[in-house]
Order: sequence, then structure tokens, then C-alpha cells
Amino acid sequence: MPEITGFTPGPAAAGGALIGLAAVLFMALNGRIAGVSGVVAGVMAPLRGEGRADLPWRLAFIIGLFLAPLAAGLALGRPVEITAPHPLWMMALGGLLVGYGTRLGSGCTSGHGVCGIARLSKRSFAATAMFMASAILTVFILHRLFGV
Amino acid sequence: MRVVSALLAGLVFGLGLTMSGMINPAKIIAFLDVTGAWDPSLLVVMASALTVSFAGYRIVLARGKPAFEPSFQLPTKTVIDRPLLVGSALFGVGWGLAGLCPGPAISAAALGSPSIYAFLAAMLAGMAIKDFLPARRAA
Repeated sequence: MPEITGFTPGPAAAGGALIGLAAVLFMALNGRIAGVSGVVAGVMAPLRGEGRADLPWRLAFIIGLFLAPLAAGLALGRPVEITAPHPLWMMALGGLLVGYGTRLGSGCTSGHGVCGIARLSKRSFAATAMFMASAILTVFILHRLFGV
Repeated sequence: MRVVSALLAGLVFGLGLTMSGMINPAKIIAFLDVTGAWDPSLLVVMASALTVSFAGYRIVLARGKPAFEPSFQLPTKTVIDRPLLVGSALFGVGWGLAGLCPGPAISAAALGSPSIYAFLAAMLAGMAIKDFLPARRAA
């Protein structure tokens, strides 16, 4: 059995419900999957002459995501704290793979993991199983073999 | 209106990510570290999000059309193909390396840190490599 530490089921359940609510709101109002990799990549699409009309709502969604931790910080009366434990080169390499992989694989944790599975999409089940497995394996190799 | 509703959806999404701790790379890595000091919080986040989205989608999609658009824009592909699996595998490696995926990366950027900016810049570059460079062969 693994040792369980830092488990925060209450905030996880409440935060998860908000994520689900956001996905439902976006479908009810805008009629779309709340897939962040697709929204972000779409912001660059006008550079190749596509999706110009969608640029305003895409930017608005991203601004909402960006403002959220600041709003939460104001509500809490203290800034939200995060820790990125790895060196800059690992973050950059990770970013590159996340960017390329989510475009090739048509989605990320939000589009496949939350929205796609909720639609019972076979592709999203497969994608989610694949990225979960490869991420767990990556962390296993980093920790066990390289001590990172 | 669809700009306002997108802002609202992004904000609620980001508040969920923030509240659940999913914008914190250390917490994501602790979830992925199943043989170490494991933090199963992300499982609860997904279960809770899926409960709401599964039920909510049933109600919303039964209504026939969204409020501010003429129709629903849903993915039409159903085949599990190579790009889906290879892309998702590469995404997972990146997720494990950095402890960030696209949504949390944008929210975390608001808190300002060079490593988050490095991740985001590289992520945009990775997306551009896929979307802008011509494919060597048809998938």
C-alpha cells in the first residue's frame, strides 16, 4: 500500500465540482467543450488565417482562468501559494511536450479527462488512460532512477 | 454575450483548479508519484468534476441548442487512432516532468514565477510546432 500524504479530499471535491460546473456552463451557454489546450491553441490560429471570429471568447476564457487565483487570493486575504519543484529546463521540456502532445492528441486533462469522459467518448477514455499512465511512469522513473 | 459567458466559465474553472490545489505543480507530482508519498486528491477532483459534468451535460445537451450559439460544437471523431495515443503519451511525459497541464499553467502564471513562464512559453511553442509546421505525412 502506498503511503498517503497531503490528501485534501474536501477542497478537492469542492474544487472538482466547480470545474464540472464550468464545463456544464460553457456547454450550456457557448455550446463547446471546455478544453483548455484547444482554446489556447485557437488563440494562435488567426496567424494562419483561421478562427478569427473565435478570438474574443477564447481570450476571455483564458483571462478568466488567469484571474481566478488572484480573485481567490483576494477572497482569502492572502496570496495563493504554489511550488514548482523542478528546475527551469524540466519545466520548459515539459511545456514543449504538453503543447505538442495535446495538439497531436486532440486534448488535455480538461477536454479529454473532464469533458470527453462525461460524454462517454471512447477516444477520451483512451487518451486519459494513456496520459495518466505515461505521467505516472515518467514520475516513477524520475524519482526512482534519477532521484528527482 | 458569448465573450462574457466564456470569461465566466474560465473564471469558475480557474476557481475550481485553485481551490482543489490543482494549479500547484508539487501537488500534481505528488498525485503521479503512486509509489512514493502519494496524494490521491486529483482522483477526488476528477470524480467530483465528472459527477457534475456527466449529469449537467445530459440536461444541457437534451435542450437542443446552447444559449449564445446556433448549435453545439462537439467532436465528431470516434476512432482511437495513432495520433490520439502518441499525442496523449507525449502529453503525459510533459505533465509528469513539470506537474502542469494547460489550464493550471495559465492560472498559475497569474502568481508569477519564472518556471511557470518557461513552461507556458514552451507549451505555446510545442502547439505551434504541431499546428504551423507542415505534417510530413498524412496521419
